[in-house]
Amino acid sequence: MMLVQQILFIALLVYAITRFSRQVRKIRRNVLLGQDEQITGSRWKRWKNVLLLAFGQKKMFRNWIPAILHLFVYLGFIIINLEILEIILDGILGTHRLLLPLLQDIYPVFISAFEVLAVLVILACSIFLIRRNILHVRRFEHPEMTRWPRQDANNILIFEIILMLLFLTMNASDQALQLKHYGHYHAAGDFLITRPIAEGWKQFSPALLVAFERGAWWLHIAGVLFFLNYLPYSKHFHILLAFPNTYYAPLEPKSQMPLMESLLPEVRSMMGLAVENEPQQVSPPAHFGAKDVFDLSWRHLLAAYSCTECGRCTAACPANQTGKRLSPRKIMMDTRDRLEEVGRNIDANGQFVDDGKSLLDYISEEELRACTTCQACVEECPVSISPLGIILELRRYLVMEASRSPQEWNAMFTSIENNGAPWAFPPDERAQWAAEL
Amino acid sequence: MHIPTMAEWQAKGEMPELLYWVGCAASFDARAQRTARALATIFSRAGIRFGILGNEESCTGDPARRAGHEFLFQMMALKNIQTLNQYGIHTIVTSCPHCFNTLKNEYPALGGHYQVWHHTQYLYRLIREKRIQLKPVSQAALQSVTYHDSCYLGRGNGIYDAPRDILQALQLKVVEMAHHRSRGLCCGAGGAQMWKEEEKGNIRVNIARTQEALATGSSTIAAACPFCHTMLFDGLKHAGKEDEVQVKDIAELVAEHLA
Repeated sequence: MMLVQQILFIALLVYAITRFSRQVRKIRRNVLLGQDEQITGSRWKRWKNVLLLAFGQKKMFRNWIPAILHLFVYLGFIIINLEILEIILDGILGTHRLLLPLLQDIYPVFISAFEVLAVLVILACSIFLIRRNILHVRRFEHPEMTRWPRQDANNILIFEIILMLLFLTMNASDQALQLKHYGHYHAAGDFLITRPIAEGWKQFSPALLVAFERGAWWLHIAGVLFFLNYLPYSKHFHILLAFPNTYYAPLEPKSQMPLMESLLPEVRSMMGLAVENEPQQVSPPAHFGAKDVFDLSWRHLLAAYSCTECGRCTAACPANQTGKRLSPRKIMMDTRDRLEEVGRNIDANGQFVDDGKSLLDYISEEELRACTTCQACVEECPVSISPLGIILELRRYLVMEASRSPQEWNAMFTSIENNGAPWAFPPDERAQWAAEL
Repeated sequence: MHIPTMAEWQAKGEMPELLYWVGCAASFDARAQRTARALATIFSRAGIRFGILGNEESCTGDPARRAGHEFLFQMMALKNIQTLNQYGIHTIVTSCPHCFNTLKNEYPALGGHYQVWHHTQYLYRLIREKRIQLKPVSQAALQSVTYHDSCYLGRGNGIYDAPRDILQALQLKVVEMAHHRSRGLCCGAGGAQMWKEEEKGNIRVNIARTQEALATGSSTIAAACPFCHTMLFDGLKHAGKEDEVQVKDIAELVAEHLA
């Protein structure tokens, strides 16, 4: 009987991990559809960002209440995963609480800590559900937050609550069986949260308690493996990508735009400047700026998968706050949706077959035009995503390749070119301000 | 007072201490011109030898670049870098955060390496080093003033303290708006919005920001960017408050407080 359970467990584990890694490889492939970009700058500073922002959640603390609640869930996730290690080993080896003889007196201390965290996770997730579904916190109430994004957020929260309840049920029934000195349920010491519950459960028959314990054990680990496989389809993937994303995020000032080096030789030769040291084999870009996900840097695509749709960017966006259609969060969600569409296209056809669509079918010109490049979205993002970077690449395409810009901008361009100023004033009047001194 | 151009300095065979990069707004916009004049007054009072480029100064290319016209930006940048390098410029002070950001952060990739100061940084240095003398506390003292963070100074380049430190040095009481420092709300002009109609929405960005400024009850809104300045003044006019509340650049406030 035990052997059957072990075989079943190993099969489930192998299946879940294989499936998960296949999905992760697909996401990696999708991210690498983006333009290659050299990563420069201090490696130390990048690690510092990972430590402060991803591990340390520094930016989250710009907003205390969600920061504390999120910290519970985050710590719960990381620390309770230590217990998953024991559960997996038990499953493979057919043991029960393998680490108990090793840790002895410390064992109940560990489990009690996990249980406290489990309660905090349940508490935090419940408050999060209330914030989203009853209080209707404003940043979760935008046009892009309907249907799947809303469902996804609720799924994650409900699932985490269920997993924690199963974990506690497992421990409570185990403690009750220990009190009865039943079978291999050796006394493991008192678990802080579930011991009092076990006192009440002592009245149940051992058979029922074993059914509870085994049922909760199986449902919990199966749930964890299911959740693992849910991640790649969900915004919850941020729990993994927050780390690489904070590492690869630009170190330059937020207001600094990256230079389009591919244009430089042409601009220099047009101005009669020597094209010094320019590698001649620079191939012209497929597009000037970005029309589709292929034209964006892979860093932008990684960022799209790292976004957890929290909407801090959108809440801080001056355009969004004043009723414009632009929402920086939607820019990231659209980029991911389009990239997923391209990925499915590749899955179906072996390679990308032109579908006549582009990222600009997801993001409108009106949205792109509303941006004031104020960098509030970049400042707010807890995991260093830059919606601004994508907006500016799409603007480059609109202006330089599609020649779609507002009349006033065309006038401004002409003025800069002819007068050296965005307004139609002649250069010779530049010093007139000093005449009145 | 005549402000010598770099060409004139060169003709004399001399090199000034710094180049004042005026920018389009302070060159042509009547309100921003006051900032340029205030700065010129402060510089000369401090005995700083400075030059301007005059008709050799061109747009840095910032609005073209933010609108998406990288080609035009690179043209302007290369042209300006040629001019600046030809005069051997090493120190630049500018009264525009957009020019500041472009000259400081974006020209190095194209071969333009300068020490670039925004005027609030430079003026704070002059005050700290006592190169300019300020009036002792007057009846204007302890008047409250609110400071509007320019995005390209604040979030862009981390300059939050210099403007506030100056206001404190002027013995003004700084009252913060609901959104300030890294949370500062944009005036609505950046990203080349200055040169186009705002997209459809409920309210204009500058009106929303001006409401925040008015809520502080300050009689002065201090700005450090000519475009913020214009946007906030328009916001005041919209609110019908332009006679009660004034928008002033930090440089103007410093010039008024010179001993």
